[in-house]
Amino acid sequence: MFQALADPTRRLMVERLCDGPASVSELAAPLQMTLSAVVQHLAVLEESGLVRSQKQGRVRTCQVDTQALRSAERWISERRTLWEKRFDRLGAYLAENPEEPKEGPQT
Amino acid sequence: MTKRSVAHATFTIERHYDATPARVFAAFATREAKARWFSGPPEWGPAEGGMDFRVGGRETSRGGPKGGTVHAFDAIYQDIVPNERIVFSYDMHLDETRISVSLTTIEFKPEAGGTRLVFTEQGAFLDGYDDAGGREHGWGEALKQLGCALQQAA
Amino acid sequence: MTDRSVVHATITVERTYRASPKRVFAAWSSKEALLSWGLPGEGWISGYERFDFRVGGNDRSHFGPAGGETYVNDTTYLDIVPDARIVSAGSMTSAGTRLSAGLMTVEFQAAGNGGCHLVMTEQGAFLDGHDLPENHEAGWNEMLDKLGDHLARDQAAA
Repeated sequence: MFQALADPTRRLMVERLCDGPASVSELAAPLQMTLSAVVQHLAVLEESGLVRSQKQGRVRTCQVDTQALRSAERWISERRTLWEKRFDRLGAYLAENPEEPKEGPQT
Repeated sequence: MTKRSVAHATFTIERHYDATPARVFAAFATREAKARWFSGPPEWGPAEGGMDFRVGGRETSRGGPKGGTVHAFDAIYQDIVPNERIVFSYDMHLDETRISVSLTTIEFKPEAGGTRLVFTEQGAFLDGYDDAGGREHGWGEALKQLGCALQQAA
Repeated sequence: MTDRSVVHATITVERTYRASPKRVFAAWSSKEALLSWGLPGEGWISGYERFDFRVGGNDRSHFGPAGGETYVNDTTYLDIVPDARIVSAGSMTSAGTRLSAGLMTVEFQAAGNGGCHLVMTEQGAFLDGHDLPENHEAGWNEMLDKLGDHLARDQAAA
């Protein structure tokens, strides 16, 4: 799953689908690439179980498949994100406060 | 509803900081310093809680979006080695529901130009997680944030 | 200066007992029962300085081979669902040195013929080479066998 999200284009596609289902051409519209390249990215996302699609007539509609996501993966991604953000803020805090601690902390 | 389930998972995060292990450790060791980076996004406002940074001591932090779900963090320090290591267990509540319990190890290792921080979380997430409100929405938000985090990491 | 290291490991041990989840849970929630089965070796001794089985409560116990090293276990209960689940966190020390910290999940599931399937998961951080996941796994296997004996005796006495 994380592999599938490692690519910026696929992240954009998933972010778009988090707002609701979309057709392949709707997904492709904001991306500067060929429709076949978009279809290839979509195949990777479907393979990972993140996204599923359904063809009705000539339109293929895609949506995020929340059911397919195992709870453990969901838990990890949510929790990891939480800590990643904290560690970003920690980096900013350290950069703003360059002085060494005056005394050792109590234990 | 009598079905009970627990799932276990482990993940790690590594970061480099251009600061000595003593400085990075200090940012975890006092409530004042920790409040500067640990709490939720700015729009949540300051979190409430307390911190007793010693082995066996507890830390609590409660916050969340205004009028929304209350996120509560309750930790117990299990091991502290100044400037080198902190191990704590913590549970997370969303409103009144306990969603997970974790053991977290943070190692501060000196390396060229600063510190390598190695964070390991071993978690057990509980059935309550699925009962917690706003699940679909929460997941969508989390994915978006994950995208951002990956982008920054790249 | 000690060389610091941490080994993280998840240990899972399972058993199926011919006793109801209620009885197996009871063997994990009373001090007397825990003292009767909760020792990892023959000739070991143990005792509780403090026992407080409730969410937020904490226990302190000691155990070890008679005349040998004494281990001290500090445990805080984090989640208790009667007859179904116990989650706790704690650490183990010996002569003031911390050996490991861990998160314990014990699940009691109804099995066939009124039995109980027990799943015990320890997510541990093993510190500075003082302790190893293998030691804990062996200890848990020993103890869960003794728990089976305890349940059989308890049943015979009832």
